[in-house]
Amino acid sequence: MAKRIDVSGLHVYYGDFKAVEDVSMTIEPRAVTAFIGSSGCGKSTFLRALNRMHEVAPNARVEGKVMLDDQDIYAPDVDPVAVRREIGMVFQRPNPFPTMSIYDNVIAGAKLNNQRLGRTEADDIVERSLHGANLWEEVKDRLSKPGAGLSGGQQQRLCIARAIAVEPAVLLMDEPCSALDPISTLAIEDLIAKLKENYTICIVTHNMQQAARVSDQTAFFNLAGTGKPGRLIEMDETNKIFTKPDKKETENYITGRFG
Amino acid sequence: MTTTTKKSSTGASGDGPAPMQRTLLTGSLPRYFAPALLAGVAIVTGGLLFALGTFSIPLFAVFTVVTYTVLVTLASARIESGRKAKDRLVTAVVYTCFGLAMVPLISLLWTVARMGVVRLDGYFLTVSMNGVTPTMDAGGVYHAIVGTIAITGFAALVSIPIGLMTAIYLVEYGRGRLKNAITFFVDVMTGIPSIVAGLFVVALWMVFFGPGTTNGAAGAVALSVLMIPVVVRSCEEMIRLVPNELREASYALGVPKWLTVVKVVLPTAIAGITTGIMLAIARVIGETAPLILTAGSSAVAINWNLFDGQMMSLPVFIYSQVRMGDAINYERAWAAALTLILIVMLLFFVARLVSRFFAPKFGR
Repeated sequence: MAKRIDVSGLHVYYGDFKAVEDVSMTIEPRAVTAFIGSSGCGKSTFLRALNRMHEVAPNARVEGKVMLDDQDIYAPDVDPVAVRREIGMVFQRPNPFPTMSIYDNVIAGAKLNNQRLGRTEADDIVERSLHGANLWEEVKDRLSKPGAGLSGGQQQRLCIARAIAVEPAVLLMDEPCSALDPISTLAIEDLIAKLKENYTICIVTHNMQQAARVSDQTAFFNLAGTGKPGRLIEMDETNKIFTKPDKKETENYITGRFG
Repeated sequence: MTTTTKKSSTGASGDGPAPMQRTLLTGSLPRYFAPALLAGVAIVTGGLLFALGTFSIPLFAVFTVVTYTVLVTLASARIESGRKAKDRLVTAVVYTCFGLAMVPLISLLWTVARMGVVRLDGYFLTVSMNGVTPTMDAGGVYHAIVGTIAITGFAALVSIPIGLMTAIYLVEYGRGRLKNAITFFVDVMTGIPSIVAGLFVVALWMVFFGPGTTNGAAGAVALSVLMIPVVVRSCEEMIRLVPNELREASYALGVPKWLTVVKVVLPTAIAGITTGIMLAIARVIGETAPLILTAGSSAVAINWNLFDGQMMSLPVFIYSQVRMGDAINYERAWAAALTLILIVMLLFFVARLVSRFFAPKFGR
């Protein structure tokens, strides 16, 4: 189920502006890879390029190769919709569909795609996904209530349940805890640790302790200078990045001596 | 503020009255001051006008409001601060403007209701003017209601899909010059005088069906020319309000763009879209000029067929009755006006129900 992602020589452009330059990395299956770096260094852009979400912005394009196991996701005939079914995403701000109940939010992937689900099949998916997102106990008695009525942390877990309900191979998380309180953050981090048994997980975070806690691999991104594209500075075992990184830039960033 | 400080400083120097205790309430007029002053002014001006024998409601209102505004500002400037005086002045002016804006509205509704109920009954609503001579004490507006519903309904049927899809194109798909051109022409269309829309359809019908062809469909097309830009504009605004995050959430689940629009964007915006469409319908349901030109103004019989023969509608019925000029005609015109207002109110009521039913829910 979990798949490996191989990125080689990836450049991301918004029109004429080059946002990310020449990134190559391997993202291991059944592991958590954290992307850290200062704001605007292109880590979110890079993350979105992994499931072609950057194409939502007009004029965005990439050069380079992204392989999902043995398939090139940027091959000419590949439909971005098919890519996104394989590579799910959780966003910075919880975004449950306001018109749908908790139940419908979880099976939104199937419902919005006009897939016919049997009642028991749908019930199974909902229960399994909510268990997977550690939310079942809290919402099992009010599945028909609107998803927007949950607390922020619950909403974010609902979004994770929604993302894993379509059984993707990879889960991308773009600062999933930055809008949450410490308790909810802890709940999400526990969940990430559990999810990595079955999924390939990439997480963008500004919180270095979080990266240190949840990830197996850490990639550090930085800008070469104002107006210059972001680059991958260093990627290694999380332990190594946070104890003795190879590059001076990385060390400056993680110890707070920036610039 | 300044006044207070001066007072307490003179108090402290010993040659004034006993030192004043400064509290948070120092230098502010009591809460009941403004209403009390207004009541006082009203009584005094009312009494004076009666004494002079020149009492009339407009005169009374003008004198009361002007006197009150001047007095409350002066009192506030003297006891409170300059800032508070300005606040009271502007408050008085804003309330006055609000009152002025309400006068025509209330007066209109009241007049229509008072004059309309004279003739508005089950009989009036269920018979046509077929075989009724203008001054006969008989006849009703059923044929005009039928015409209004048929013409406006057909206009809505044409305009809502075109308008809504244009709005979807502008927000979700449109880029570059085509989008700018459409936006520009929609703006231009918003400003088309309704009589011009009527003339346009007259010319169009002349080309297709020969001169002098009047029927309900022509009226409906003229109304859609007026309605489409309003629908586009309001739907565009509403669709634009749907947060991008919801679209992204849907894309991230592997949902294609068209399904995202149909199943996420439109349901989220449905409340606003319904209201916008209702406003557009309300805008055209009272149109008279284009309908006189296109659907005719002399139909007296019930006609459900949009494509054959003239069709009466409520606004045109009002117009033609008023032109006849007898007392009974005025009664019919007022009753028809009341009917039209009631139909519009009914539409808004339905729209409210629809929006409440479909709107995003946030309960727990």
